[in-house]
Amino acid sequence: MLDVREESRPVALESAPEEARWRWKDLLDTDVLDPADIQLVMDTAEAMSEVRSRPMSKVATLRGTTVVTLFYEQSTRTRASFEVAAKALGADVVNLTASGSSVEKGESLIDTVRTLEAIGADLVVMRHGKSGAPYLAARHSKAGIINGGDGTHAHPTQALLDLFTMRRHLGDLAGRKVLIVGDILHSRVARSNIWTLVSAGAEVTLCGPATLLPTSLAGRSERGSVKVTTNLDQAIAGADVVMALRIQKERAERGLIPSLREYIRGYQVNARRLALAAPGALVMHPGPMNEGIEISPEIAHGVGSVIEEQVSNGVAVRMAILYLMATARTA
Amino acid sequence: MSIEAMLGREEVGRTLRRLAHEIIENNRGAENLVLVGLLSRGYPLAKRLAAAIEDFEHVTVPVGRLDIGLYRDDVTRRAAPPRIRPSEIPADIDGKTVVLVDDVLYTGRSIRAALDALLDFGRPARVRLAVLIDRGHRELPIRPDFVGKNIPTGAFQSVQVRVAEVDGDDGVYVFDEEATHA
Amino acid sequence: MSERILIVGGRVVDSASGTDALLDVLVEGGVVRAIGPGLGGDGARRVDASGCIVSPGFVDLHAHLREPGFEQKGTIATETEAALRGGFTTICAMPNTLPAPDSGSIVESLLERIARDARVRVLPIGCTTRGRNGSEVAEMSELAAAGCVAFSDDGNPVAHGAVMRNAMMLAGSLGLPVSEHCDDPVLSAGGVMNEGRVSERLGLAGQPVTAEISAIARNIALCEATGTRLHIAHVTTARGLEMVADAKRRGLPLTCEVTPSHLFLTEDAVFGGGKEAAYDTNAKINPPLRTEADRRALCAGLNAGIIDAIATDHAPHAIEDKLCEFDNAAFGISCFETALGTLLTQVGRGELDLHAVLRALTTGPVAAFALAAKAPGAGRLAEGSRADITVFDPNQSWVVDVQRFASKGKNSPLHGLELTGRVRAVVVAGELAFAEEVAHA
Repeated sequence: MLDVREESRPVALESAPEEARWRWKDLLDTDVLDPADIQLVMDTAEAMSEVRSRPMSKVATLRGTTVVTLFYEQSTRTRASFEVAAKALGADVVNLTASGSSVEKGESLIDTVRTLEAIGADLVVMRHGKSGAPYLAARHSKAGIINGGDGTHAHPTQALLDLFTMRRHLGDLAGRKVLIVGDILHSRVARSNIWTLVSAGAEVTLCGPATLLPTSLAGRSERGSVKVTTNLDQAIAGADVVMALRIQKERAERGLIPSLREYIRGYQVNARRLALAAPGALVMHPGPMNEGIEISPEIAHGVGSVIEEQVSNGVAVRMAILYLMATARTA
Repeated sequence: MSIEAMLGREEVGRTLRRLAHEIIENNRGAENLVLVGLLSRGYPLAKRLAAAIEDFEHVTVPVGRLDIGLYRDDVTRRAAPPRIRPSEIPADIDGKTVVLVDDVLYTGRSIRAALDALLDFGRPARVRLAVLIDRGHRELPIRPDFVGKNIPTGAFQSVQVRVAEVDGDDGVYVFDEEATHA
Repeated sequence: MSERILIVGGRVVDSASGTDALLDVLVEGGVVRAIGPGLGGDGARRVDASGCIVSPGFVDLHAHLREPGFEQKGTIATETEAALRGGFTTICAMPNTLPAPDSGSIVESLLERIARDARVRVLPIGCTTRGRNGSEVAEMSELAAAGCVAFSDDGNPVAHGAVMRNAMMLAGSLGLPVSEHCDDPVLSAGGVMNEGRVSERLGLAGQPVTAEISAIARNIALCEATGTRLHIAHVTTARGLEMVADAKRRGLPLTCEVTPSHLFLTEDAVFGGGKEAAYDTNAKINPPLRTEADRRALCAGLNAGIIDAIATDHAPHAIEDKLCEFDNAAFGISCFETALGTLLTQVGRGELDLHAVLRALTTGPVAAFALAAKAPGAGRLAEGSRADITVFDPNQSWVVDVQRFASKGKNSPLHGLELTGRVRAVVVAGELAFAEEVAHA
């Protein structure tokens, strides 16, 4: 993968490496990223994926950089994925959870991030139950804030790893049909995926029960489009990617869906429905899965499933983000 | 702006063939040899050296490419960090003779980084260094085993190697730094 | 001792008398002594009002003074100073204090604090239900006797239909209106902003317009059934306003108010100046800022006279109440000191009619709460009546700086915005209580 430059005039540089121009102090959502930003993440993640495959899969690049994971909500994979990524780059990692910390004693988010900054945190990966909380943290912290999922708003690194996984299998996503099924209203994964997928030129369809389907997300840009529908059997026809989202039992308790049984009837991704998708369609899920509810087990572990790949790609993509942000911030 | 052409296309080709012979001679043949070129310009030079060695010895020499961005000692100090590209080492390097290939040897810091990167892929029996140009001004105790041409330069000069695969044509130029800053 | 003040060279606009002319106003002994051209006022303090409008002091039916109970957010002293600087000379204090004014003695104690600290005339609003609990009607006759001018549970809508019906019947027998925040708390449960495009984008729980519309519908029905005067607090939806207009056409004793915030801003304010500035807690207000279509309907409703009053819903908060996650932030905007600025900026844009705005700041609210007897002189300029006067320059531009607010509440989404129209001088009960010296260019 050599980059052959069109320009062939001699320039007075001594084999200067091409620069990674990352513009963002924080990564709060994917909606502010332009195609060049996304391409930079994808290319860097490709390199990180190669690093992960080496006999010695750890480098010392971010030696001296401190990454704090600040998780106000339970999470296994996202926190672990960031920790592995940070350590693979040689950064020091401090893991904080809300329980057992000063947060339990009523410390405000702003005070917490300022304290982390004072003890030398360069990057703070934050998971928070309230939409927009990382924006508040970012406005009051010199440390770079990486949104590891905020409320029902955004989960940018998940969207980037989803894009990375799709591109590895499908190449250019222009004109590709990507279907996201489930509780769109409460899904930070769906929201962040919309921006990266539309930027990549995909035709996105959001599908779910009417009570969980925010219709204003439908729209069209110069590159891609977003449609919303409640009819899964129609929406899945010809889909290149089928992404099922986790449905929480709480939605039934709150009356947003009559029951999980009723949900399964209308919206489970299963073999019968997947047969309607494009041949070889990718099956994705951000995890953790409720197998037998939003996705049937034979599909979750079937030939088209790239769900485990999403998890391993997550480390490479998060390495890319950490590298780009840690190095950009010292610039 | 003052630009002086030091080597033309044909001279670059002749120099590479000579380097290929030296590598074969030093290695007593082309067995157990792996060439690893640094990105961006060392890699195409390594491929050409390998082709020349194959020509002379009728032995296929594996060629790898190495991105040293993650190993640079200035990565968190630079105004803009380097773009990272995947490395590719196609063969097991344990017990082999690995020849690192780069276009210009200057401070030695790139080669220090390349050694660290290379050793993450395995434990070669020995590592050699081949460069097209050695312009001096070393900052680390590193010396090349195979040199295409020594070009002594002043502190206010810079050297650019152009490689057809990257730049469209081959050639080596020396620039006057003051002119470029004018 | 009251002073003699001569306000010269201004354009006097008084909705009550239909006056709109360049006239002088002489104040003496606490009352308006004379209104006319070329008045002489030997020895009087002169207020140069050239280029300015001279209006009756503004009347606000909906303000939060925070005292007693929440003095960290605001006090009667600080918030009435803010009202004064905003040109408001008569304000009605909402009962969401601690304790809430649900008994005569609490109202009396409140009136003592007001008499001691208030910079403008403050009229208390009593609770509709005991402790604003929504289940037992407050002792309304005692509250009326103590001086309450209306009943309201403020931000706690009376959800229970039978309780609201009883409250309206009892309030009606006392001749006092009920001011109701129309919201179905079940429909809007958990909502922190308008439900729609922006809430779906930001992943915030929304309050649907149906929550306001259905509550307005119920309360109009109760108004019709009881015959009691119903005042719809801060209407925000186009459809809700249509229902108000329809009820008025049918002759129901119904009035309504709109806030300057809902006239000026939309849900986009929560987005801030762009995504990186999103989740602006200073734009969190209840009822929420709605859509541009709603905002335009409110402007049209004000211009057409369907909306009786502009009420600030001035809601000061302490810094920590807003400097937090959007979901956790308090509702409300500190509005006294920007109200006139936004309204006149909209007059300048042609969105609002100057006379409609001034009517809704003076005679409109006085009529809605029938304040003429309880607050003599409020909302009008008449010779012999109490002199509450606001002089403002409709063309003066200024930049909102919350740090310069007199209010303890620095919570305004307008910080840094340039507005056109500024209060220059305010006379309260015949005293020049506020005067800003401005060098003329």
